[in-house]
Amino acid sequence: MPDRAYRAAPADALRIETLGELTAIFDRRSMQTHLVIAPMPEILAAMGGDACGADAIAARLAGEFDLDGEGDVVAIVADRLAELAAMGLVAEA
Amino acid sequence: MRHSARIQVGPVQFRIGSDWRQPIAALETLYAGYPRDDARPADATVRLFAARPWRRWLRPSVHIGGDFVVPDALPLPLSMGLLAAEMGMNLQVALGWRRHLLLHASAVARDGRAVIMSGESGSGKSTLAALLGEGDWRLMGDEFTLVEPASGDALAFPRAVSLKNEAIAEMAARVDAARLGPLLAGTPKGDIRHLIPRADAIAAMHVPARPALILFPRFGGEAAIEPMGEGEAFVRLTEASTNYIALGEAGFAALTRLVRETPAFGITYPDSAAGMALVERLWAEAAR
Repeated sequence: MPDRAYRAAPADALRIETLGELTAIFDRRSMQTHLVIAPMPEILAAMGGDACGADAIAARLAGEFDLDGEGDVVAIVADRLAELAAMGLVAEA
Repeated sequence: MRHSARIQVGPVQFRIGSDWRQPIAALETLYAGYPRDDARPADATVRLFAARPWRRWLRPSVHIGGDFVVPDALPLPLSMGLLAAEMGMNLQVALGWRRHLLLHASAVARDGRAVIMSGESGSGKSTLAALLGEGDWRLMGDEFTLVEPASGDALAFPRAVSLKNEAIAEMAARVDAARLGPLLAGTPKGDIRHLIPRADAIAAMHVPARPALILFPRFGGEAAIEPMGEGEAFVRLTEASTNYIALGEAGFAALTRLVRETPAFGITYPDSAAGMALVERLWAEAAR
């Protein structure tokens, strides 16, 4: 399956607050609150302004975190991206 | 409306109208010691009305109305008009208030700092607050606590405490009978009797308090304290808030700040004395 590309929400669309192990995300566009856990906030933070796919994000995360032994990181990131898209927090490019 | 009253509880000015004299008279007795400002416009309107004009005399039954209406709210017999008024007041605040984040929680304060207690009906949050309010604490409210979005302060809503079932005898043994309303027996919520908060709590109802502790009491079982993370406290308080969604980002900001700045605990207790001891213990630790 080709690597699907996603685009991050506009910079002012989300308000992200870390609450211990949970992260609360307020989406100003939908007025909805989302509660997520790792690696969702890390994925959002790793997305730049350009459209990018799971492989690019996995590579950026590997540069920041020790992902040895985390399994197929690209597949995990691809699944989480699809979930973030379903929540409306990222969009398919 | 043939009969009406103005009541001010914390920041909320109520206008209550009724087809009958009895519920208004009962409210005027319970709220006689509250500050009044009849010139101020009402924030919430509650109407207790007869379903049909003749029902005012024949088997009178009270319907609850107001700015917000729950379509399936059952009419109550006139003997429970006071309960109907209380339910109407709660409903108008729960559904209509927008100036503060509204938490379904009781609260007490000491030295300008508040303990907020959130829980389902039956958790004992009301009884605990009422009992603490007879001691060294200021009762801020037995049902609702308001959080000011800009400052993060807790504001009081010290309505007449709605004592239920066993709590009635427990409080009646401690307070002057003049502070108790009539016994409403066999209501849909069991037996109910209202307690007028202490005069000092009513006089201080506009004084904000800084949240110091958030507790989630659970009645029944061995005494236990369980620290709660910010995330869980946030989730529980969104569920305990009646206007979190309506407030949008202001509600989000107020609640994230509240759970970040205020330690939260679940407490389990077998009886009121144990519950009060747990609150005092956590308070002493939080004050350190």
